[in-house]
Amino acid sequence: MGSISLKQVTKSFGPVDVIKPIDLEIEDGEFVVFVGPSGCGKSTLLRLIAGLEDVTSGHIEIDGNDATTIPPAKRGLAMVFQSYALYPHMSVRKNIAFPLKMAKVDQAEIDRKVDDAARVLNLSDYIDRRPGQLSGGQRQRVAIGRAIVREPAAFLFDEPLSNLDAALRGNMRLEISELHQTLKTTMIYVTHDQVEAMTMADKIVVLRDGIIEQVGSPIELYKNPRNLFVAEFIGSPKMNIIKGAAAEALGAPTIGVRPEHIEVSKTKPKADGAWKGTVGVSEHLGSDTFLHMDAEGVGTINVRADGEIELRHGDTAWLSPQVSKIHRFDAAGMAA
Amino acid sequence: MATQNSRSAARLMLAPAVILLLGWMLVPLTMTLWFSFRKYLPLRGGDQGWVGFDNYVRFVSSSSFWPSVQTTLIIVGGVLVITVVFGILLALLLDQPMWGQGIVRILVIAPFFVMPTVSALVWKNIFMDPVNGLFAHLWKFFGATPIEWLSQASVQSIIMIVSWQWLPFATLILLTAVQSLDGEQLEASEMDGAKPLQRFGYIILPHLARAITIVVLIQTIFLLSIFAEIFVTTGGAFGTKTLSYLIFQRVLESQNIGLGSAGGIYAVILANIVAIFLMRIVGKNLDA
Amino acid sequence: MARAITNERKIINTVAAWGIGLLIFFPILWTILTSFKTEAQAINDPPLFLFFDWTLENYAVVQERSNYGRFLWNSIFIAGGSTLLGVIIAIPAAWSMAFVPSKRTKDILLWMLSTKMLPAVGVLYPIYLLFIQFGLLDSILGLTIVLMLINLPIMVWMLYTYFREIPGEILEAARMDGATLRSEILYVLTPMAIPGIASTLLLNFILAWNEAFWTLNLTAAQAAPLTAFIASYSSPEGLFYAKLSAASTMAILPILILGWFSQKQLVRGLTFGAVK
Repeated sequence: MGSISLKQVTKSFGPVDVIKPIDLEIEDGEFVVFVGPSGCGKSTLLRLIAGLEDVTSGHIEIDGNDATTIPPAKRGLAMVFQSYALYPHMSVRKNIAFPLKMAKVDQAEIDRKVDDAARVLNLSDYIDRRPGQLSGGQRQRVAIGRAIVREPAAFLFDEPLSNLDAALRGNMRLEISELHQTLKTTMIYVTHDQVEAMTMADKIVVLRDGIIEQVGSPIELYKNPRNLFVAEFIGSPKMNIIKGAAAEALGAPTIGVRPEHIEVSKTKPKADGAWKGTVGVSEHLGSDTFLHMDAEGVGTINVRADGEIELRHGDTAWLSPQVSKIHRFDAAGMAA
Repeated sequence: MATQNSRSAARLMLAPAVILLLGWMLVPLTMTLWFSFRKYLPLRGGDQGWVGFDNYVRFVSSSSFWPSVQTTLIIVGGVLVITVVFGILLALLLDQPMWGQGIVRILVIAPFFVMPTVSALVWKNIFMDPVNGLFAHLWKFFGATPIEWLSQASVQSIIMIVSWQWLPFATLILLTAVQSLDGEQLEASEMDGAKPLQRFGYIILPHLARAITIVVLIQTIFLLSIFAEIFVTTGGAFGTKTLSYLIFQRVLESQNIGLGSAGGIYAVILANIVAIFLMRIVGKNLDA
Repeated sequence: MARAITNERKIINTVAAWGIGLLIFFPILWTILTSFKTEAQAINDPPLFLFFDWTLENYAVVQERSNYGRFLWNSIFIAGGSTLLGVIIAIPAAWSMAFVPSKRTKDILLWMLSTKMLPAVGVLYPIYLLFIQFGLLDSILGLTIVLMLINLPIMVWMLYTYFREIPGEILEAARMDGATLRSEILYVLTPMAIPGIASTLLLNFILAWNEAFWTLNLTAAQAAPLTAFIASYSSPEGLFYAKLSAASTMAILPILILGWFSQKQLVRGLTFGAVK
């Protein structure tokens, strides 16, 4: 079991309010991702749930019981740290066994569970090595193994992939998702990388300056961002934000168009409303082409075009936003 | 960054060390303060009551007081200058490529392990004795009259003995600092046309500042209270009486506890002045 | 970085460094050599370097005159006991300051170090009285406590600088893994800090071994360690250089050997982690 609910939780460090009152419900078995720019309070929020920090006010409930003042060791949660935080003086086996040893599980049981975890995580060949002798990906797996054996109510991940290189990150992302599907345990995952959030989450919590900007499934956030901040934060490449006359022409003080929702043509289209632009930089990736255009009267527009489009620096092209997929925002930046 | 739980645990675990040191500091100090206001001669009538600031006045007006403060400062200052200067030179030399660096380091560090009573006795007798000492033999070999080290050049002799004991410490710390100097910085300055002496002045010396601070701090702590070196060599004669030693004599030799305690309070004040001064520097340096 | 170093340069360096190294080491070497001479040879003019009749007689005489073994044991007990006792108190304190720092942490550290600057003579008589009161005069226990107290600030400070290099996340991981504070310190922090703890132990053992104010003033026959053993040679009596040398060698050799074996850890410890 692992439902967690935060009720009016706040956290201040001295005069700085890092977390302003937050309410959040996390269902059992959900994969929840806290995402936001650095300094938004996402790691602090995770540490509050873990019990590594005290809340300044409010309550944290785990499975319906008030856990606000319970020390981290007794909350039944497991955490995977950014630096992995493996015990450097213990072998992989001892690292994974440590939480069981702390729980005074008997040795035969420990051995069985550690071997199981090592097999699941492909660590059996390294079981007697020290963390210092492992690669980044292997260390990550040991950290996960240490979390799994406890059979926790929920897993907490604090930017676990940020120390890995890009290729490995992709693999580990898959592995963690698979793990979630196998274990069906609640997972709370903190990251600043919206790609990780979009690919892994059942539910994304977007945070800024200690406030929840929006909660929802990846597709909800992509389709219906509640405000400009979420709109810009979710999606890659970033949504184009247009103000002024070009926006007013489409019915709002500010509008947003995602790069993939703009059609490019080399000739002037028949329909009205196309923007004329000059190609600044074109990035040909094969599958896609990213065009950085300077559109007259609109500003810089990024476009995701077909992979085989033939446009180079200095070429002129017309851009037509898909009207149905335009996001409109009022003067305060809220979705209209 | 911690919870209430861990903060109270931290206080609890810090408590024994703090309480012990506080007790170690306050209890005897309070007693010393008490005695300093009394006429107290254990062998000649015991505690003869309250005398106000008499002891303080007598201690300062004694002819030995100012010379002893001076001697203290000369010895501490002299040893600091010698160990820091020679320590830097030796560190730079030991950092150069050579054969048997490890063994040389062992030779250099050795005096640090010699207990003060041993080093004082060995220097006093085997080296500095005006008749049979090795220096006397050496002087005679060159046809000179042997020096009576511990009476004619007593303070210098003590500075020399103490410097010998502390030079290894200074050298080792400075050597560690020299070795941590980024080689690229030196190469860059060479490319910029800095000559060896300029490189020393502009790159190496500033890099050593922190290490020098540590050397000065730690050595001052230990040097302010040197005892055995004087106790064993001159017994405080020939102008080698430091403030500590003067107090020691008042307390133990003349058995005048009141007077000695007043001196002790003066020494505490002196140590505090030095401490505040040093802590400022170190506190600043430790932030980095 | 690599640049050809002329052999000439290297030879000059080597000669200079060895020369200075031997000069610094010479008093110790000479003492050891003298300890194997007869008293007459010890003061021979010109001094005899290696070619004399090597003898162990001085060691026998010293041992007969004062029971070396007893002083040695006292030294080992007092230095070892004060160091162990100190580290037991210092580890929790250093843990607090390194991992749960507060606004006052630095002040407490500096205050602790400043207690070391208090002149010992200033409190000699009160301590003497207290020792009589509690029957600690000339006892190993008394001296152990005093030496533990005077070295405690250095221990806390050294351990603090070592602990600060250990990432706090690892201790938090232990906490998440269900470790109590005791297990966290015992099974995670301490094993990780072994090198630092070892150099702390070593340095303080040496400092306690060589301490020569309290050991001289608070002991008589029973608890006197090697510092006092050697101080009994401070008043000359006839020819005594060879015997003095033998006694000196006996007093410093254990620590000299220990120090040489552990000099790497020591150097790190000595710098208080402030110089890398």
